[in-house]
Amino acid sequence: MWIEGWIDHIFGQKWNPTYCLGALGYYYFWIVSISGIYVYIFFETGIPDAFMSIEYLTNEQWWLGGIMRSLHRYASDAMVAMMVLHIIREFAFDRYRGGRWFSWFTGVPMLWMVMIAGITGYWLVWDELAQYVAITTTELLDWFPIFGEPIARNFLAPSHLDSRFFTMMIFAHIFVPLFLLFIMWIHLQRVAHSTINPPRGLAIGTFLMLLVLSIIKPATSQSIADLSTIPSPVGIDWFYLWIYPLIDIVGPAWIWIGLLGGTALLLIVPWLPPAKKVPAAVVNLDNCNGCTRCVVDCPFSAITMQKRTDGMAFDQEAIVNPDICVACGICVGACPTASPFRRAGEFIPGIDLPGLSASTLRDKVERAASKLEGRPDRIMVFGCDKALRVDKFRGKGIATVSMPCAGMLPPSFIDFVLSRKLADGVVVTGCRRGECHYRLGQIWLEERLDGVRDPRLRKRVPRERVNRIWASATDGRMFARNMASFQGTLSDLKPIDHKIKKIKDGTEQ
Amino acid sequence: MKKFIQYTAQALVYAGFAWFIGYFSNIPQYTRIPEDLALVKFSFAHGAKPKGECHTLTREELLALAPNMRKPRSCPRERLPVKVELKMDGETLLKETLIPTGLHGDGPSVIYKRLVIQPGEHQFHITLNDTDREEGYDYISQKTLTIAPGQSLAIDFKGSGIEFVYE
Repeated sequence: MWIEGWIDHIFGQKWNPTYCLGALGYYYFWIVSISGIYVYIFFETGIPDAFMSIEYLTNEQWWLGGIMRSLHRYASDAMVAMMVLHIIREFAFDRYRGGRWFSWFTGVPMLWMVMIAGITGYWLVWDELAQYVAITTTELLDWFPIFGEPIARNFLAPSHLDSRFFTMMIFAHIFVPLFLLFIMWIHLQRVAHSTINPPRGLAIGTFLMLLVLSIIKPATSQSIADLSTIPSPVGIDWFYLWIYPLIDIVGPAWIWIGLLGGTALLLIVPWLPPAKKVPAAVVNLDNCNGCTRCVVDCPFSAITMQKRTDGMAFDQEAIVNPDICVACGICVGACPTASPFRRAGEFIPGIDLPGLSASTLRDKVERAASKLEGRPDRIMVFGCDKALRVDKFRGKGIATVSMPCAGMLPPSFIDFVLSRKLADGVVVTGCRRGECHYRLGQIWLEERLDGVRDPRLRKRVPRERVNRIWASATDGRMFARNMASFQGTLSDLKPIDHKIKKIKDGTEQ
Repeated sequence: MKKFIQYTAQALVYAGFAWFIGYFSNIPQYTRIPEDLALVKFSFAHGAKPKGECHTLTREELLALAPNMRKPRSCPRERLPVKVELKMDGETLLKETLIPTGLHGDGPSVIYKRLVIQPGEHQFHITLNDTDREEGYDYISQKTLTIAPGQSLAIDFKGSGIEFVYE
């Protein structure tokens, strides 16, 4: 987290690459695809035509073909780097279990596909590295006693070589990435509002980086493959071929055990152990008017609309899939009926969290506020369970209430706190932009407070009394500093003057 | 000034990442077999003789079969193992009994071995049996070759099992 904090300082929260590793992976995929199409136009599948055609691009047409080839290589290397970082980050932040198992699970076969696409790509160049890759790969595959004749025999001697083998390889090199693209689409099926493009500034920066690298250090071939010699030494692409030297060290059996065992382990990681199941959000039809805001805002597509079942005048009703719901409460924050001003009858919004109902949240707020002593800088902090622990800052005019996600907070709660004079100021805190554990909670809340997303913070709420301090678990000092500063600001403000009127249904305005 | 520092820091991060990508895309180099050594790849796929003899079916045996299965001669599917030995300068490098492939043992016997050797002049002596003979060899090959450092010598059994080929 502190690394991401540092990168925030350098790139700003909007361009921070660690917040869009997956999107960067997609972006590199497109660079690889476009540059690959260009290289393919000139590629020939014969022997030694394959080598010669790549040499032509690299040397004769270095000003475009050579750059395209280099972009093809470096972007594919960068894609592997992004993929690995993406996996590590999602694992480290516990974003792979529960309702998120699907994205993790479908991401695992993508690792194989990217590796296969890369390995077949190196094979096609038919230089010494390609020779090494071809021989070692086929020897590794031959460990399985399923081939009638060892496929490594295809590379025994020059006379054994068949140009048609390259036709098969180019087919694999094109077909596997196409299938990868399909899996990439599946990968995001349960991710609502997914970001597959990095911010423009970052996209330009990273492309320029690859372009400069391609010009300064163009990708080149090694000597042409010759099966009557030993390819040695070979310049290995460690992003794709790291496993090859290991084959010589531990042998193919252990490599396969490692690869297949590692894949199986990765596939079952979301259930080792499974995420603690928390009760899913519940729709209360009596208060649901089918406005679809919860459907739109749910980060995991766990809510859908269906035809009304209770005979009320509305066309549709929301329905929650409990298997996908992660109980973040963002739907409650999106629900216009989750207003704490409601006093007529029981406070039950159209959609609610059984683990922390809107009614309980209101009770918590009132209880916490009641402990604040009479001073002009009382602050009610709405925190997020996944970010900085706000309870550590309780006392000295500070009351805290934490929720599963800051995005659960209906803006009307802020109005409620200030208009009821439960506190003199409100601080909203949660994961930093891009770090939100539930992906979109922080963004939605920001937009609601800015008045660009429903339900909006009412205009009457004095903005100078509302502060947002996005803080991860390691940002305690920064948070304390900002809190002290905000308390100072509040002390200098005039007392709040709100006129609250009651309307017919008992709701206070 | 703050913007300048920020953009400079961004440039440094991009440069660092570019270096990381550029460096590990082909460095450090890897040597599978040291350049001062040579390699012998000994490999073939060869089907040995069937296990047992073919025999002509009697009329009774033919009538016991379905009409479309009535072939006058019946041969066993299973093949014998192939016994092979490779010697270099009188030293046995490899001695194997290769069982036939296939679920019914009716496929060819296969071998693929990589043997790292010192370069120089060597005398290769190969014997192979694909029958059930107890004494002598079905195939013998003897050849003296000068192997250069870094050379990869392939020895195959080609030409429908006629002879060993050194390439």
